[in-house]
Amino acid sequence: MRLTCPVCGERDRREFYYQGAAVAMRRPAPDAGAEAWDNYVHLRENPAGETRDMWQHDGGCGAWLVVTRNTVTHEISDVELASDLAGERA
Amino acid sequence: MRFSGLRVLREGLTGNKGWAPHWRDPEPKSEYDVVIIGGGGHGLSTAYYLAKNHGITNVAVLEKGYIGGGNVGRNTTIVRANYFLPGNSEFYSHSLKLWEGMEEDLNYNVMHSQRGLINLFHSDGQRDAFVRRGNSMIAQGDDAVLLDREGVRKHLPYLDFDNVRFPIYGGLLHPRGGSARHDAVAWGYGRGADQRGVDLLQNCEVTGIDIENGKVRGVQTSRGPIRAKKVAIVVAGRSGQVAAMAGMRLPIESHVLQAFVTEGLKPVIDHVVSFGMGHFYISQSDKGGLVFGGDIDFYASYAQRGNLPMKEHVMEAGMTLMPMIGKAKVLRSWGGIMDMTPDGSPIIDKTDTEGLFIDCGWCYGGFKAVPGSGWALAHLMATGEPHETARGFRLDRYRTGRGIIDEEGTGSQHNLH
Repeated sequence: MRLTCPVCGERDRREFYYQGAAVAMRRPAPDAGAEAWDNYVHLRENPAGETRDMWQHDGGCGAWLVVTRNTVTHEISDVELASDLAGERA
Repeated sequence: MRFSGLRVLREGLTGNKGWAPHWRDPEPKSEYDVVIIGGGGHGLSTAYYLAKNHGITNVAVLEKGYIGGGNVGRNTTIVRANYFLPGNSEFYSHSLKLWEGMEEDLNYNVMHSQRGLINLFHSDGQRDAFVRRGNSMIAQGDDAVLLDREGVRKHLPYLDFDNVRFPIYGGLLHPRGGSARHDAVAWGYGRGADQRGVDLLQNCEVTGIDIENGKVRGVQTSRGPIRAKKVAIVVAGRSGQVAAMAGMRLPIESHVLQAFVTEGLKPVIDHVVSFGMGHFYISQSDKGGLVFGGDIDFYASYAQRGNLPMKEHVMEAGMTLMPMIGKAKVLRSWGGIMDMTPDGSPIIDKTDTEGLFIDCGWCYGGFKAVPGSGWALAHLMATGEPHETARGFRLDRYRTGRGIIDEEGTGSQHNLH
């Protein structure tokens, strides 16, 4: 599997650290309550098919990426810089 | 049909014409007392213990494929009870005791072989940690023997003891650990359940779960609707999809775990050897293949195949530990889908829907849990109370933060297990 970093170009999967579901882009307010934090930290859609998750190019530019990919075929359809999406909360 | 040595001899001399199918192939009834979704090891053992321990026999096990075709037939067959934390240790201790009586109980040869499992350590600090683990295993009533370097050498003379990065300081031997023939476990429990009246419905995929007023009423399947008073979701690897049919989201991410087997070789590895620092473990099957694996691929996946970097990592670890295996040819590799929970421990619990139960989140350790999990889930479904060995496996421990069972001590977070 290869990911195309928007900064560095196409690179081997080994250059990237996997964080998990892109729910990480939607951090609740500290006082949002147990349900909101349970949703954020633990509960997952966990789809068999298209998903969005967070990767960091830690063997390259260090950028955080939001990757749209298929969990069944491992096909990558989009890689975006998390910093570009931070405003719109992915 | 009972199996015995005499019977095998007689059938062998008369052309093996007397064997009958191990279970019936019934048509689905319109209603059961209990429907179990998932005909893997856990689902089949649940059905077996519902019938045997609780006299509940109006039960159907719904399997979308065939019996033995899922994760129960894809794992690396390690059976052990070397857990450290309360919540886990009493459960796996009980499960191992059930393994030890399983073949007589089921009248089925599952080739359970207690050949001993050795966890290696490579520093003084790691030795301390293993002494502590061994003591907790002994306190639980199980067995653990601390081996020094020479002690390991007696058992495993073929290791690279003077590896520069990971010199071998010793190992923790768990003599009752070992392996078993995995699909025979599914067949044995399936046959045992069938003999007690349970319907095993293969090629029967659940497409919906019927819920009315907060109570479960039954399921929709590819072979028609089936009503049921109680339903259990026992589909590790696909738990998220089936739970979604009941409107649930689970604290689970699915990951792929790879395994490998070499061509058949003469007996060379007599134990199960675990090299934690390299994320590598190995045993030898009765056919002679070296069966080994490593860590998950570490990104969410439902592909039943892995990626090349983890293959390379596993092979490197194997060569680091036992350079001799470089001469063995890998015959095949495959991947299985793991229900990974945030704390790395499983879930056996009721759900918010009355009559709906869930057994999931076994991470990469579900095979050894097959008997204990079925025993505990059957107890929960029959009595409404968690079994004493599975009190810790609550679904709400993540939300409340109480009772997290973080066996590896890495933190309760999805990408850490």
